[in-house]
Amino acid sequence: MKKLVMIGNGMAGVRTIEEILKVSPEPFEMTIFGQEPYPNYNRIKLSNILQGETNFDDIIINPLDWYQENQIQLFTGEAVVKIDVDAKRVISDQGREVDYDELIIATGSNSFILPIPGADKIGVTGFRDIKDCEMMIKSAEHHKKAVVIGGGLLGLEAARGLLNLGMKVDVVHLMPNLMERQLDPIASSLLKAELESQGMNFFMEKETVEILGDNRVRGLRFKDGSEVEADLVVMAIGIKSNIEVAKGSGIYVNRGIVVNDFMETSVPHVYAVGECAEHREIVYGLVAPLYEQGKVLANRICGTVAEPYHGSVAGTQLKVAGVDLFSAGEIFEDGSTKAIMVYNEYDGIYKRVLTRNNLIVGIVLYGDTKDSTKLYRMLTKKEDISGKAIFQTDCGTGDSSDIAPMPNDELICGCNGVTKGTIVEAIQTQGLTTLDQVSHCTNAGRSCGRCKPMVSSILAYTLGDQFDAAAAQKTSLCGCTTLSRDEVVAEIKAKGLTSVKEVMNVLDWNMSEGCTKCRPAINYYLGMVHMDQYKDDRDSRLVNEKIHANIQKDGTYSVVPRMYGGVTTAADLKRIAEVAEKYDVPLVKLTGGQRIGLFGVKKEDLPRMWEELDMPSGYAYGKTLRTVKTCVGAQFCRYGTQDSMALGIELEKKFERLDTPHKVKMGVSACPRNCSEAGIKDIGFVGIDGGWEIYVAGNGGVDLRPGDLLCTVKSQEEVMEMTGAYLQYYRETANYLERTSKWVDRVGLDHVREVLSNGETRKALNERMDQTLKKYIEPWNEAIQSEEIQDKYYAKHTIKVGE
Amino acid sequence: MIETLTRIPVAHYSNLKARAGYSIKIDDKEIALFKISNGEVYALENRSPHPKGGVLSEGLVSGEYVYCPVYDWKISLVDGRVQAPDEGQVRTFKVDREEDIIFIVL
Ligand SMILES: Cc1cc2nc3c(=O)[nH]c(=O)nc-3n(C[C@H](O)[C@H](O)[C@H](O)COP(=O)(O)OP(=O)(O)OC[C@H]3O[C@@H](n4cnc5c(N)ncnc54)[C@H](O)[C@@H]3O)c2cc1C
Repeated sequence: MKKLVMIGNGMAGVRTIEEILKVSPEPFEMTIFGQEPYPNYNRIKLSNILQGETNFDDIIINPLDWYQENQIQLFTGEAVVKIDVDAKRVISDQGREVDYDELIIATGSNSFILPIPGADKIGVTGFRDIKDCEMMIKSAEHHKKAVVIGGGLLGLEAARGLLNLGMKVDVVHLMPNLMERQLDPIASSLLKAELESQGMNFFMEKETVEILGDNRVRGLRFKDGSEVEADLVVMAIGIKSNIEVAKGSGIYVNRGIVVNDFMETSVPHVYAVGECAEHREIVYGLVAPLYEQGKVLANRICGTVAEPYHGSVAGTQLKVAGVDLFSAGEIFEDGSTKAIMVYNEYDGIYKRVLTRNNLIVGIVLYGDTKDSTKLYRMLTKKEDISGKAIFQTDCGTGDSSDIAPMPNDELICGCNGVTKGTIVEAIQTQGLTTLDQVSHCTNAGRSCGRCKPMVSSILAYTLGDQFDAAAAQKTSLCGCTTLSRDEVVAEIKAKGLTSVKEVMNVLDWNMSEGCTKCRPAINYYLGMVHMDQYKDDRDSRLVNEKIHANIQKDGTYSVVPRMYGGVTTAADLKRIAEVAEKYDVPLVKLTGGQRIGLFGVKKEDLPRMWEELDMPSGYAYGKTLRTVKTCVGAQFCRYGTQDSMALGIELEKKFERLDTPHKVKMGVSACPRNCSEAGIKDIGFVGIDGGWEIYVAGNGGVDLRPGDLLCTVKSQEEVMEMTGAYLQYYRETANYLERTSKWVDRVGLDHVREVLSNGETRKALNERMDQTLKKYIEPWNEAIQSEEIQDKYYAKHTIKVGE
Repeated sequence: MIETLTRIPVAHYSNLKARAGYSIKIDDKEIALFKISNGEVYALENRSPHPKGGVLSEGLVSGEYVYCPVYDWKISLVDGRVQAPDEGQVRTFKVDREEDIIFIVL
């Protein structure tokens, strides 16, 4: 396999990888280095986070699962410091060396920090990443006065966010007009008036020369000698392509890493994409052009013949509530341009289209941007405007009547290049009814989100009478329904629905047999509601749970038998060894959960291996209790204060096989040294003198999170009682596929504590838990006993043709 | 040009369970056979068109579609086409049924 390495794990780079996964005829072995300790997130939305409209979890574009599913090796929190272009190898700041056949540099850019005295004081920041954002949010908790340097897009969005966080905000701008690179003076003055009315204070035509203060910033001094106070300074004067790693490695750089029309740098097999790349002397700072670059680069790397990159004209919007603004192309008139203008000072509406030789070359819209998609299309497609109406005459409200005349190739989502036609087609052919579904299917609205009202209008227009505005906005279970999780569960209870099929029928699913999102979820909810009365629908489970083994990337499976509490015997080990030998198992490995996994098993061998092992399934594949990891504890360890192995085994025996919304891991340590790492388990138990501490919502995986202390109890019985109640409450209230860590963050630890503090409630929860546990039977043994199951799920039918 | 078609008996119709996929190996070809809820039977090459491949026979079946078990691509059983936003196509095979015998036409 060819090795593809990418430096930088941001928006442009990861989009390029997505494009490669789509078009590549052959897989690559991919490695990505990202300096930030996160998977790829939507940087654009940092403004919305600061403005309090969304949170960090919601802006992740590619969760860690995505990297795993696509077998991409990801190193986060690790920067590449050197490229050895002769040896075709990159070297990271942790000394890791990785060889490449093809290398993508996608290092983005950094905030430009003014080189003035005091710029390194505490309380001075750029506005570029999650770290900056967190710093601002924290500052706002303790400090009152912020100064934003820079009255451009980024600066104004930051300023609005800081206002929302309760700070007083001054904006300092070097030029006489705000956003002077996107707006003309009239639009700019309208914008300034609006922002002033929102509470921003402006210092125009001021050059900052020094940042004052001791350790922490106290204020700034301007060139004219005047000073202002500040506890927080945000520098948003511009960005600087991040070219260090290329520069030091002999790759030709100018302002950015210079690339040709195929995104190739001066060194063979090394490419650059995104804000670090300079194409025809332009470095782009908006995602739309970067995503176009990504497409071109993906085709190049995969050897697909396609259009080269010719550069882009990008449209700009400002993500500040109460401000409606759009700008694209040229701003300034020269002798050869003619302007078309509408100025309604009373309503605060201003539109100016700049034309040259009957073609639109620039657009500025303020106060009403309805025409933006149409005008932008005319600009980019170079449509002749003679005899055409440029602005809409009526004051439409963005409702369906505006959609009908819109041509199909009109661009709706600028960031992702999605046209009206694509959206309409997706709605019609896939029966979509919510905004969420349209975003999933087409990518529209997945980046800056500004086009969502327009997508919603298209949805309304396309669906006509069937459009349900309230339903269109909420998060449905999946594309097959408009109902949310809570509504589905409520309907199951109210209408007494008892099978997956019935749920989909009665609740009017638009795909009559559902999809991979809703079928497993409904199956879970039914089992949760009806306890031991529900017969599991095996065909609504995904491959691993259906086959009771983990599918591996080559189509083979793994077998992981139960090893309660990680305790085994010599006899069991012998048996495992014999089976492994007999079936020629390619890999025998200790798993992370203290047991033994046999990897690379052929599907048709599974039932016989299980039979010979004669051990219960370890459910290493399920949304259920995985393992209970234990330390040695008081039986042998000189530090152990409690019998951790005994408790671990009791827990695992009681809760094994239980269906839960997502996988559940437990750990039991006999003392606070915590050798079983109980602090990062869904439920962790730590033995102390005279009792146990119970920790919940820990996670050692995708979202690393230490557990919170739920309570301290005295005896092993109390541990079992509390654990049963906690688990059952999680089962009854979490969304399917929501880990306990996410669930606790959503509903609140205090809430969970309060619910579980009531003895009656705990008793009722435990009763429902016990009733549910009655229904489970050991699945491997069931398969061994049933020919029907073997034929349906495990047989491979081989037929020889010919004489 | 004359094409030679081979009809190969592969299964008893009555043995096939609805919404289940069966993997059938004919010489070196691996075929996934699906019976869907309305009783129709379809045969596809048992390999996802995802660049990284993977089998289809273990996928979740919904109406005339199967979801590839490893990458969750939605694939039409009728014409093998991958549904948006993903792209691609799986080879399909004609299925004949005579009495209780299912044939695949190669
Ligand atoms: C607050 C804010 C609001 C924005 N709003 C909009 C908007 O409304 N519309 C719009 O189109 N655009 C907007 N943008 C711009 C948009 O986010 C960027 O254009 C886009 O993120 C650039 O993508 P990229 O992949 O080139 O760089 P990035 O997304 O910055 O990714 C580069 C990554 O590479 C990492 N990296 C750098 N050097 C190394 C190294 N040596 N080794 C490993 N990793 C490294 C960096 O840490 C970073 O994570 C906004 C930006 C910000 C900050």
